[in-house]
Amino acid sequence: MILSTSLNSSSYSFFDKLKAVDYFLIIIVAIIGSISVVSIYSTESGNFSFYTKNHLTRFLVFFSMFLVLSFVRVSVWYRQAYIFYILGILLLLLVIFFGISASGSKRWINFFIMNLQPSELMKIAIIVCFARYYHRIQSSDIQSYKYLLQPIILLLIPCYLVITQPDLGTAILIAGSGLAIIWLAGLNLKYFVYSGLILLVSLPFAISFLKPYQKSRILTFFNPDRDPLGAGYQIIQSKIAIGSGGFLGKGFLQGTQSYLEFLPEKHTDFIFTLFSEEFGFVGSMVLILLYALLIYRIIRIGFSSRSFFAKLYCFGFASGLFLYIFVNIAMVLGLLPIVGAPLPIMSYGGSSMLSIMLGLSIVMSCKIYSRDPIGN
Amino acid sequence: MIKKTGNLNKNKIISRRLFVLVAAKIGLLGVVTSRLYNLQISEKQKYEVLSDKNRIREWKTPPQRGIITDYFNNVIADNQRVYQVHLSLEEVSNFNNSIFKLKNIISLKEDEIKKIYEKKEKSNPWDTLIISENLSWKEFSKLNLYLHELEGAKPVLSTSRYYPYSNDLVHVVGYVGDATNKDIQNKKKIEENFVPGLKVGKIGIENSKDTDLIGNHGTKRYEVNASGKKISEISYNKETQGENLRTTIDLEIQRLAQELLKNKAGSICVMDIYTGEVITMASSPTYDPNKFTHGISTKDWNEIKNNKLRPLLNKSLAGLYSPGSTIKPLVALAALEYGIIDTKFKVNCKGHDHPYELYGERYHCWKKNGHGLMSMRNAIKQSCDIYFYEVARLLGVDKLSLIAKRYGLGSKVLEDFFSEEKKGIVPSTKWKKQVLEQSWYLGETVITGIGQGYIQTTPLQLCLMTAQLANGGFKIKPKLIYDKEIDLDKIKSKIESEKNKSVSQNILKDHEFKHYERLYRNSNNLKLVLDAMYGSTNEQFGTSFRSRHKEDKYKFAGKTGTSQVKRITDQDRELDLDLEEIEYKSRDHALFIAFAPYDKPRYSLSVLIEHGGSGSKAAAPLANKLIKKILDRHELREKIRKDLKNIV
Repeated sequence: MILSTSLNSSSYSFFDKLKAVDYFLIIIVAIIGSISVVSIYSTESGNFSFYTKNHLTRFLVFFSMFLVLSFVRVSVWYRQAYIFYILGILLLLLVIFFGISASGSKRWINFFIMNLQPSELMKIAIIVCFARYYHRIQSSDIQSYKYLLQPIILLLIPCYLVITQPDLGTAILIAGSGLAIIWLAGLNLKYFVYSGLILLVSLPFAISFLKPYQKSRILTFFNPDRDPLGAGYQIIQSKIAIGSGGFLGKGFLQGTQSYLEFLPEKHTDFIFTLFSEEFGFVGSMVLILLYALLIYRIIRIGFSSRSFFAKLYCFGFASGLFLYIFVNIAMVLGLLPIVGAPLPIMSYGGSSMLSIMLGLSIVMSCKIYSRDPIGN
Repeated sequence: MIKKTGNLNKNKIISRRLFVLVAAKIGLLGVVTSRLYNLQISEKQKYEVLSDKNRIREWKTPPQRGIITDYFNNVIADNQRVYQVHLSLEEVSNFNNSIFKLKNIISLKEDEIKKIYEKKEKSNPWDTLIISENLSWKEFSKLNLYLHELEGAKPVLSTSRYYPYSNDLVHVVGYVGDATNKDIQNKKKIEENFVPGLKVGKIGIENSKDTDLIGNHGTKRYEVNASGKKISEISYNKETQGENLRTTIDLEIQRLAQELLKNKAGSICVMDIYTGEVITMASSPTYDPNKFTHGISTKDWNEIKNNKLRPLLNKSLAGLYSPGSTIKPLVALAALEYGIIDTKFKVNCKGHDHPYELYGERYHCWKKNGHGLMSMRNAIKQSCDIYFYEVARLLGVDKLSLIAKRYGLGSKVLEDFFSEEKKGIVPSTKWKKQVLEQSWYLGETVITGIGQGYIQTTPLQLCLMTAQLANGGFKIKPKLIYDKEIDLDKIKSKIESEKNKSVSQNILKDHEFKHYERLYRNSNNLKLVLDAMYGSTNEQFGTSFRSRHKEDKYKFAGKTGTSQVKRITDQDRELDLDLEEIEYKSRDHALFIAFAPYDKPRYSLSVLIEHGGSGSKAAAPLANKLIKKILDRHELREKIRKDLKNIV
């Protein structure tokens, strides 16, 4: 088997590979990355200091990593999919014992060069893992309980580990991406309907298990004025910032809500708010359009891939990416409760950047090695 | 093969499933877009306002009070530069520590520190606290020296009220103090312009004219960050100074009056008999209004409050006294107007052995040996009581009351300008029935005829009464604030036309008079009374003869009055004690009313000395000095009047 893959690899010349690269996608990522650096620069009131430097460095490092890893054969990812998943689970377990706590939750492991957040990596690992899982299953077997139970367990383990950190936001994103793939693989609609109904019924139970701060966030979501200086503060200030930005925005470095410190978490979860305050409706739509284009390119690559694994991975990653973006933006717009979910590429944070770039490099690998039939 | 078809099948499914997902994504994208549209375009203004509310905080700067001057533009209430220390609370990390340090540099007393803590409790964390309103230059320079050690402390140059003639005008001008909640509630202008430390008028003109004097506060708008720290000044809408006020007071005469009243309790009022301008309104004893500006100390306050001579009472308009004999010209006028007596009517005054008797009750004249046969002119001149007992009896209290009210008694002279002004009492049968629920006795009429009994007047009322007699019997409008609309020439021509008006039948009945309307039936009656007052001052045996001016240009006419504070018993009469032998509280009040110059009257005045003894000895001599000063300053006052008239 190893022989056959190496044989296959020889059928791609270096020139072929370069030709196969989706440059358009790279350009979009570079543009979003540049916007992100500019935005982080603005959070520091136009000082090129700590956050900007860090963010720029991370972007450059992980962007380069994305370009390099793009040339790893997609079959390698296929083969290492379960290893990747297990690695993710191990890291999550490691967090429990050696994790670093910040603001009441334990999410990070100190790796000297950076604090790694394994749950972020898990977002990609679950997609790769499920893509492989469904790659192998016959369409007729998909509906059987035996093949349904396995992915559910695979999904529940990381979700449980992440929820207990506690990090509801990331857990939802992991679950969401996983479910998206199960859906794409063709699981019968009725299962989704049933489980949706069960979820709805058990919601009151689930809520009783939530931490007090999570409960208050949900209550605040329905009525932000309940506690305008406490739990409702973030969402109220975020809406004020976005709303006051208007059509064209207040201008670069002119976002009063952010530079006067009214906006919390402006580097991370609320980076879209800052961007939207300074660049207005027009800027926000441009950024959303860039993300849409990015997702479109990923789906396109999925379509042009021959292997089911690549298709499933691309579509799954595109759906996951959409979910991350949607949850973040809907959250800062007050459409969803504040759950703590970064905006891909834009938000400050190494692990998120790492996982997105990793995910993109697998997409690119699907593109470059699109003709690769992935063996059994 | 089977696998291939399986894959094909799977590929079909995935495409279909993806299509559903993409559709859902587009739907959600629509939701996000419409939300963005809603926030940033539809409701932009709402959020802009909220954002500005977040970032912009306003600080009010105190308004400047208007300056008050006398008629001659001498400043009597000024704004003075003061040195203060303010503490910006947002910059203070340890409040107790800051106060302790400040205490060592500027001398803060324990009760002052207590007040500072009380103020701090009520302030917002971004407020500025006034630690000391009035530092000495020494303290201020010391503060500047140690400023680097005092976080949040700010040396501030500010202004505060200053009364250069401290004690001389307090009853006219009043004083200022911190605005209380009540002040804020009562006056809209105060509420609108309130800033911490705002001073408002407490009494006097400062209080009555507060709305004009206060001015408008300024607004400094700062951009602040989330923790309330000032980032930059956005705009400064400068505060404005309140209106400057010119009073009708002549500072020179006021100060002379205060000087004449020194160490006495009493009042002196001077009025222009045509324009009604109050030229002097002195009340004694007095106190220093400057002490109130920064909050009076308990010691000083007790000293003022516990003074037996009651400095806080504005005696000119809130002190009530029996008018005594000063009412006599009015009684005579009333009797003449109603035709009760004529000039030939005489009464015999036979001394204490043969007092006036009514239903067994005996009424004495003040003169032990009696005046003899008295005509009206002589009775006024020598102030014979027996004559006026009889005239009053014939006239009746209701007619007397009607004329007395007409000439200014029984109502507030300055209307509602001063809240503390009293109306006094002009008794009538109806009044007694209504107020005391008793019927009137004729004996009470008799003593009302010499200004005793129920009748109560303020010195300012007596001054107005004199003015309205001296101007020939025309109602005037007294005032303290210069008013361009009230023009001497216009008033005089109005009066001229009134003189020639035919008198209505009802002139002697009760009715409302307009300003500058004539009050009399026959001008000869008034002339007779004024001539008798001339006699009182300028002829031998006149009660104020000793206080006369010999020089023609200062000649004035007056009437003395001695107001009993308690009933004189036969024993008292027998003892006939000298003033010094009587206990202070039992001594008579001395009164004097006058107008000058006699030939062309222009000014009226009233003098009251509480427990001063007789009017001729205690009150009239003060009028002598005052009238000289008043008339000496007449030319100058007229010049200013003309100048002011020409200013557009």
